[in-house]
Amino acid sequence: MTPLSYFLQRGTAMLMVPLIITHLAVIIMAVQGGLSAEEILSRTRGSMLWAGFYGVFVLAASIHAGIGMQTILHEWTPLGRQASANIGHTLIAILWLLGARAIYAVVWA
Amino acid sequence: MTSSDRTLKVDIWRGNEKGEYQSFEVPERENQTVLDVVTYIQRHLDPALAYRFACRVGVCGSCTMTVNGRPRWTCRTHVSRVVKGGKLTIAPLTNLPVIRDLVTDMTPFFEKWRDARGRFVAGDGPKDELAPVQPESRERSAASAAIECINCGVCYSACDVVSWNDDYLGPAALNRAWAAYNDVRDGDRNGILKAVSQGAGCHTCHSHQSCTEHCPVSLNPTFSIAGLKRASLKAKLKGALK
Ligand code: HEM
Ligand code: SF4
Ligand code: SF4
Ligand code: FES
Repeated sequence: MTPLSYFLQRGTAMLMVPLIITHLAVIIMAVQGGLSAEEILSRTRGSMLWAGFYGVFVLAASIHAGIGMQTILHEWTPLGRQASANIGHTLIAILWLLGARAIYAVVWA
Repeated sequence: MTSSDRTLKVDIWRGNEKGEYQSFEVPERENQTVLDVVTYIQRHLDPALAYRFACRVGVCGSCTMTVNGRPRWTCRTHVSRVVKGGKLTIAPLTNLPVIRDLVTDMTPFFEKWRDARGRFVAGDGPKDELAPVQPESRERSAASAAIECINCGVCYSACDVVSWNDDYLGPAALNRAWAAYNDVRDGDRNGILKAVSQGAGCHTCHSHQSCTEHCPVSLNPTFSIAGLKRASLKAKLKGALK
């Protein structure tokens, strides 16, 4: 692991702590008295606050998980350092695209 | 020393990377160490058994072996503490090439000490002036906490990351680098941070403390490595690692 990937992985981990707590707290509050698609969308649609919140969250989680998987692949599989890094970076892109698409769907679509 | 008729069943690794365990019966003695058992076998049962030791008092670090699955200094390990059902299984240290029987090739271990730049580099201050090092300073305390390593290789054998990643510098070399980094007389402290940040250096450590758990002289390589991670990350962010 390079100093940069170490920094990014630990930094995103710290960043995600408050994001995950907020995410869980909102879920718990939202499910009080049942949950419906309209209720969720009424909160998120057009909200730059939630777009920003989940935008940061998705990016942090993508980077964090991508670097983490790169480490695991390098240590636990016969893949070398470069191959593990390529897969890790691809994973960051895929996770980010999936997350960005989901944010687009609940905020703008 | 009181002797009894009881014996220990001792399985010892014979061969190199390829080989098998050979069983011996060794008389059980009070206060017997694992090294005593190996020595008994070599003196009385099979003179061809290869193993290594020197000081017999926990100073030289040469007698380490895998005993009932864990890396240990055998001269300071009493049989009574580690024996399981009258049985001992003794193998060479893991994570190192085996030369023969219980003797490993420590070359990769010491090459990594070199690669982590764990040696002193003189600065260009005047030779006739003593550098002041305050005994109570943060650096001196950090160096003191890490310095008493006996180069035994136990932590290196206990580290899973070493077994997963051949290039990982490992706990002993990094612990040494931390001690060297905290020597304020060193002429190129930044060079140490560079050395430990390259390839599979300090940031590869998962902080799971197997090294610290096993170190026979109770050093804490995990803590030293955390110090290196912190110091080199700071240097990196300041652009000092290029
Ligand atoms: C706030 C929440 C989180 C914190 C504090 C956190 C913290 C950490 C830390 C400190 C490591 C390094 C472990 C090591 O070096 O051994 C790590 C590794 C990892 N994390 Fe997270 N993480 C969090 C959330 C997540 C999430 C949401 C994912 C998945 C999307 C994830 C996936 C991974 C993976 C795959 C690794 C690699 C395992 C390894 O290197 O041992 N983490 N995490
Ligand atoms: S803390 Fe680091 S050096 Fe120590 S055993 Fe774990 S990975 Fe290896
Ligand atoms: S740090 Fe401890 S276990 Fe590792 S080589 Fe030094 S004395 Fe042995
Ligand atoms: S023989 Fe010297 S430490 Fe065991």
